Amino acid sequence: MITKRIIPCLDVKDGRVVKGVNFKNLNDVSSPVELAKYYSDNGADELVFYDITASFEERRLFTDILREVASKIFIPLTVGGGINTLDDFERVLTSGADKVSVNSGAIRNPSLVGEAAKKYGDQCVVLSADVKRVGGKFHVFAKGGREDTGIEAISWIKRCVDSGAGEVVVNSIDTDGVKRGFDLEMLSAVCEAVNVPVIASGGAGSSADFTKLFKTVPKISAGLAASIFHFGEVEINALKRELAENGITVRI
Amino acid sequence: MIAIIDYGVGNLFSLKSSLSAVGADAVVTGDARVIESADKLILPGVGAFGDAIDKLRKSGLDEIIYKKVENGTPLMGICLGMQLLFDKSYEYGEHMGLGLIHGDIISLKKEIPSELDVPHMGWNALSVKKESPILKYVKGGEHVYFVHSFFARVSQDYTTASAEYGVDVTACVQNKNVYGCQFHPEKSGEVGLSILRAFCELGDTE
Repeated sequence: MITKRIIPCLDVKDGRVVKGVNFKNLNDVSSPVELAKYYSDNGADELVFYDITASFEERRLFTDILREVASKIFIPLTVGGGINTLDDFERVLTSGADKVSVNSGAIRNPSLVGEAAKKYGDQCVVLSADVKRVGGKFHVFAKGGREDTGIEAISWIKRCVDSGAGEVVVNSIDTDGVKRGFDLEMLSAVCEAVNVPVIASGGAGSSADFTKLFKTVPKISAGLAASIFHFGEVEINALKRELAENGITVRI
Repeated sequence: MIAIIDYGVGNLFSLKSSLSAVGADAVVTGDARVIESADKLILPGVGAFGDAIDKLRKSGLDEIIYKKVENGTPLMGICLGMQLLFDKSYEYGEHMGLGLIHGDIISLKKEIPSELDVPHMGWNALSVKKESPILKYVKGGEHVYFVHSFFARVSQDYTTASAEYGVDVTACVQNKNVYGCQFHPEKSGEVGLSILRAFCELGDTE
């Protein structure tokens, strides 16, 4: 049976992982290569690298880092941040990314998902959507969650999947950073609408939140989080053992 | 030397890195002479079957593959590269494959319960069906990373491992010196590396 995946997300700026990390046994806690290796050796099923730099020069540095990670870590790598064109896909794919996640780039240019899927295959294109409730409706937000696009989220996600997105990351702005659990209502709605793997993001505060996620929304494929893993609040191997004890299939 | 056949399909960076990690001398190449001189061949691939087989035929490298296989050189197809080894695929039309292993490539969607997502994406457990040299370090039950929407419907004679996803998904195949993995060994952690290592060790004296 296919397993539920646990995915840590690393934000990279100027060649370093930002959002402080707190691990023992790591000489350099902000080295993307060391952190990626740590996670890969300690139960992570996949890694997401988010490029939060803006300039061209820094972007080159990011691809260098990516190449180094990909030459040493042999689990799937997804890259997001600053993906606006097919050239951006090409740049990260030739540097070792397996999947590319698009967010604002797809909002600005709705044909990007379809064009990329046609060129690189559906499995390569991940739609990442920042979603927030506005007046009782789910809206897609752009620019890192700062700008309400007014677009209704479920139909937007469905449209992107129809044009070729092979996977969807749903980040709930309402629950993000609150650490009181994933947005189960929003995630259920997305899972009902699409037939590709859906990754939950935003709100995990404890391992119990992951158990509740996979129990309540059985169609969810993966849970993604950043700070609770980086700060060592939840240790991935321990989390997976707890999930297994609760009857959830994981890779141990 | 292992030649990773480059015919313009997919990203070969991780595959080359993973072979280096198991100590293999691997080159990514589309050069017929280099491929002809290789001890082992890997046929990679992502994307759509029709496009890939067209590119392979246009490159003329299919003829070299046939010749090398005939001479006993081990060949391993990975993901779409495995699917290309078969007779025929029904992905967006009908396309003839290399015919090195008998069987067809068919849509997962039509064979599995509708609540299961397609692509079959993620880590799934291997169930070993038959002894095969590339599985010599695999006991069964280990997880490997799959990403695909079509799969091989193949005679039991050739299936050496499978994974359960609504149906028995063909995971590994072998026909003499021709091997295939539907999953990505280069993305499957230590288990994947052990399969690549076993492939690299083919023909070594024990």
